[in-house]
Amino acid sequence: MTVTYEEALQRYEPVFGLETHVELGTTTKLFCGCPAVFGAEPNSRVCPVCLGLPGSLPAANRRAIEYTIKIGLALHCGIASWCRFARKNYFYPDMPKNFQISQYDEPLCTDGYLDVLVGGRTVRVGIERVHLEEDTGKSLHVGGATGRIHGAEYSLVDYNRAGIPLVEIVTKPVPGTGFGAPGVAKAYVTELRDLLRSLGVSDVRMEEGSLRCDVNTSLSVRGSGVWGTRTETKNVNSLRSVERAVRSEIERQAAVLDGGGRVIQETRHFHEDTGVTTSGRSKEEAQDYRYFPEPDLVPVAPPAEWVEEIRASLPELPSARRARLQAQWSLSGLEFEALHNAGAVGVVEETVLAGASPADARKWWLGELARRANDAGVDVSSLPITPQAVARVAALVASGTLNDRLAREVIDGVLDGEGTPDEVVAARGLAVVSDEGALTAAVDEAIAANPGVAARIRDGKTSAAGVLIGAVMKATRGKADAARVKALILERLT
Amino acid sequence: MAITRDEVAHLARLSRIALTDAELDHLAPQLDQIITAVAQVQEVAAEGIPPTSHATGLVNVYRDDEPRPCLTPADALSQAPAVEQQRFRVPRILAEE
Repeated sequence: MTVTYEEALQRYEPVFGLETHVELGTTTKLFCGCPAVFGAEPNSRVCPVCLGLPGSLPAANRRAIEYTIKIGLALHCGIASWCRFARKNYFYPDMPKNFQISQYDEPLCTDGYLDVLVGGRTVRVGIERVHLEEDTGKSLHVGGATGRIHGAEYSLVDYNRAGIPLVEIVTKPVPGTGFGAPGVAKAYVTELRDLLRSLGVSDVRMEEGSLRCDVNTSLSVRGSGVWGTRTETKNVNSLRSVERAVRSEIERQAAVLDGGGRVIQETRHFHEDTGVTTSGRSKEEAQDYRYFPEPDLVPVAPPAEWVEEIRASLPELPSARRARLQAQWSLSGLEFEALHNAGAVGVVEETVLAGASPADARKWWLGELARRANDAGVDVSSLPITPQAVARVAALVASGTLNDRLAREVIDGVLDGEGTPDEVVAARGLAVVSDEGALTAAVDEAIAANPGVAARIRDGKTSAAGVLIGAVMKATRGKADAARVKALILERLT
Repeated sequence: MAITRDEVAHLARLSRIALTDAELDHLAPQLDQIITAVAQVQEVAAEGIPPTSHATGLVNVYRDDEPRPCLTPADALSQAPAVEQQRFRVPRILAEE
């Protein structure tokens, strides 16, 4: 039995939540001095501490604690004045010591929120907790069909990643987003990624696994007010997949419920290629992990002065920056979101700083340049033209040296590597005809050649001037300032 | 009884220790006795005293984010029961679905 997304939403209200794991960009691992790097040769960034050899003793990386507090503050969380690491015991070989050092009932940061921009409005996503733990090693599964853990004959483990500081950010359940739930989930991860990048605490590369998501989804029968059983979908490692995973779980759970079945609380795996989830191992109960306070690490009790120092070091956060720029540029939420989605906020800001009006900057980056970027299949910000050059083109238009058509030719020249806008204007001879004598002559010629039109304008039909403007533009091969031409025509005929 | 035979069997499974029925019959009552003995501590614990996790009273012992030398891969793998492709080779993790 299959249920379409639209059918599912008629009967059920989705509730989702996200657990996001972020590798911190520290130089070294969380509890030892091994370099925390991606892509080194297997088992070359390991030591007795991260291999869990007898007699070794972990010591927490101060910068990892600082980064975690920084993330917590940026998410408006409270920072614990005293908390402990916890030992999570389990026997998968992705950790060499049979446990992972994590945090359990005493997370470093709790109870915050992140404002997410979606569809021109702001959705506030509650943050349950932010805690610090160590990442696990990486396993290669050998034998079996697809390199998956199921059906493998044996596994090969590389512990370079084991012990890299990992921050887990857990949202509160997000109800009430209805049809837009998958989009809100994606927008949350996008916003979180931008925030973490602006904080400089992680390189947040999803494709390299430095940002990974687990998505919890449940359905509530519309109007019942009762939340259903949730599933946890692992392995959701791109922004697009976040959206697809929520959507696919909504459809699957709706089909189960419609068929009279019940949703089982379980871990599911997301498959990038097909966009569907399949059942994974049934989760061990929390008590099976036998969490207890980590005896090898002393408690973390960040002094209030340190927390305030970190708070003072926070950069302007993306949501605050957005609000500031949106107000400065007098844009609506949707207009700003269009800039945001085009990845053009930064270049527009720089273009405005270089002297262009916000309206001009936006017009060029969202219009002509977005079209070129789209044709070339690149981000608008990576086009070979600087915001300063765009501001100069806008200034040349404003001063009447260029009209829009010539300005587009100048943009062509700059994109083709012919130099600055002024160099392109000089080399291609693109400036509008500013010689008043030549312009007047062309206007007089146009009037003489179109006596009927001229007569209509004399009778007050000034809208007919367009025909004459066109004739002048043709005569000057587009190099006339249309506004000036119109003024000259009206001067003569009215 | 503080711990049942079933709970011991469950713990053994989590710990990946294969116990025979005879071993379970033998070990479960012993474990129960041990836990009952240790539980006597609870009789003397006074109210209002928080459980102790650390005896030193220290907090905030940190390390600077400075790199230290690693082991060579050869040294790191020297105690592994099996090695393949410069990685630790471990037995099958999950059974067939």
